[in-house]
Amino acid sequence: MNKEYEILQSSKVSRASGFIAIFLIIFLFFAPWWAGRADIRLLSEIFLYLSLASLWNLLAGYCGLVSVGQQAFVGLGGYLLFALTIFSGFNPFAAILVSGILGALISLPVAFLIFRLRGAYFAIGTWVVAEVFRLSFAQIQSLGGGSGSSLPVGIVKSIASSKAMRESLTYWMILGLTVFILLSVYLILRSRRGIALIAIRDNELASQSLGINILRSKLFVYVVTAGLTTILGGLIFLQKLRISPDAAFNVNDWTAFVIFIVVIGGIGTIEGPIIGVLVFFILRETLADLGSIYLIMLGFVAIFVMIRAPKGIWGFVSSKYNIELFPLSRKLKEIKGE
Amino acid sequence: MKKILETKNLCKSFGAIKVADELNFHVAENEALGIIGPNGAGKTSLFNLITGTIKQDKGNIFYQGESIDHLNVPNRCHQGISRSFQIPQPFGGLSVFENTFVAASHGAGLSTAIANKTCIQILEQTGLLSKANQIANTLTLLERKRLELARALCAKPKILLLDEIAGGLTESECQLLIQTIFAIKDTGISIIWIEHIVHALMSVVDRLTVINFGAKIADGPPKEIMNSKDVKEIYIGIEADA
Repeated sequence: MNKEYEILQSSKVSRASGFIAIFLIIFLFFAPWWAGRADIRLLSEIFLYLSLASLWNLLAGYCGLVSVGQQAFVGLGGYLLFALTIFSGFNPFAAILVSGILGALISLPVAFLIFRLRGAYFAIGTWVVAEVFRLSFAQIQSLGGGSGSSLPVGIVKSIASSKAMRESLTYWMILGLTVFILLSVYLILRSRRGIALIAIRDNELASQSLGINILRSKLFVYVVTAGLTTILGGLIFLQKLRISPDAAFNVNDWTAFVIFIVVIGGIGTIEGPIIGVLVFFILRETLADLGSIYLIMLGFVAIFVMIRAPKGIWGFVSSKYNIELFPLSRKLKEIKGE
Repeated sequence: MKKILETKNLCKSFGAIKVADELNFHVAENEALGIIGPNGAGKTSLFNLITGTIKQDKGNIFYQGESIDHLNVPNRCHQGISRSFQIPQPFGGLSVFENTFVAASHGAGLSTAIANKTCIQILEQTGLLSKANQIANTLTLLERKRLELARALCAKPKILLLDEIAGGLTESECQLLIQTIFAIKDTGISIIWIEHIVHALMSVVDRLTVINFGAKIADGPPKEIMNSKDVKEIYIGIEADA
């Protein structure tokens, strides 16, 4: 009867994957020294999509908030970067951080509206909100109206003296933010708040009867996700240096591809978006020259994965071999010798 | 004895169906109250009203002398009202331990270290400790029912609402359950138990309330109630003068 127990939240596999992740981050940090400019751009893009996918996964995979309107915050971040640097004289990196806070604040009234909707209605509602954002920003003539504008040369030069240095700085910002986002998602899900989110995902009725405030939990995730997505939007358009309403609030680029990544990688798993983003970029780099056939191929891949492995590639692998690279589970272990 | 829970003129109807009709009943501190009644009498609805998953049309619910009508579902749990579901509602993707941890950390608001200890202790008490790392989706019905009880207990209730927890159990399993519920009662927790397995209920509860069509038919010592003519007629279906 007097056995002692401890609760473990890690395993040998997870400690190994942690070490590998650290080495990989250090390796990627030095990319400007070993990679060409085109590769740096590609890596940046991969990291941006990985971040967007991880955030969408947190939103949809863990909270059931299937948003098809995250481009609202990507576009908002881009436009806030342009507005804050051009009109208020902010340093671009400072502008991006401030826009994150603004994005989170703006998501509160948005949540007030769309949280009244459920399921498919919620998804459509978020899309409508994104369209409202797009149409609103197209009205601002000083930011180029419907045709958009470029970031003034003076502001671009204020980032760094040389082009190579500017691109490296942007790359590090993106890498740093990606690490921050992945770590945040992981730590949130491992925490008490995280287990509540998983409980809500599995059973709303039981979770509220056991003391979890569903609305507050979902709102927390929605606002955090919105703020971080806004920051990502700022970085995306700092890299592009040009913005227009159609590019900024593009449902294909900032939501459809992101959903593709999460769904084929494995929704509701931390590892899913990482696998998904690799598959997506391999497909894109090999098939992009085929034009519209490329999109048709993506569709086929999505259909194939959904039929063969409804929980995505990672969901299939982890259920078959019972592994977690980034464990969220709390395992009970008996301590011997009592 | 002090009343821990009391309803006054509680009314709730879904269209023409009345699930609570001017219902007045109470539970005293450390009392075990049994509730019986035919299917559709409003027993589970009564639990839904007490925990706040449905709102009454009229009347009030008092908990420890104060109205809880304004409290939402999670807040009522924080106050110490905890339930098990008739149809088990596990968090399917989480392990048995994690299921109880959710209740201990969020329902009872315990710190992680104390929640861990509480869960282990309650899993042992409910006979689930050997299944602690098993994913809840893979449990058998009996284990799921036990998990319902364990999880409700981990929320550290002052009053525990049990909804047909003995249904589907074999005789020996039922005896184990009765012992467990006695042990829970000994820790000072008040219990309301809805059950169709009358002998299990009779062996535990101090008092029995019979409801039908949302209204209270009888209330009193279990033996007396079961032998009364009205109850036999309504609940067991024996003709009164047969």
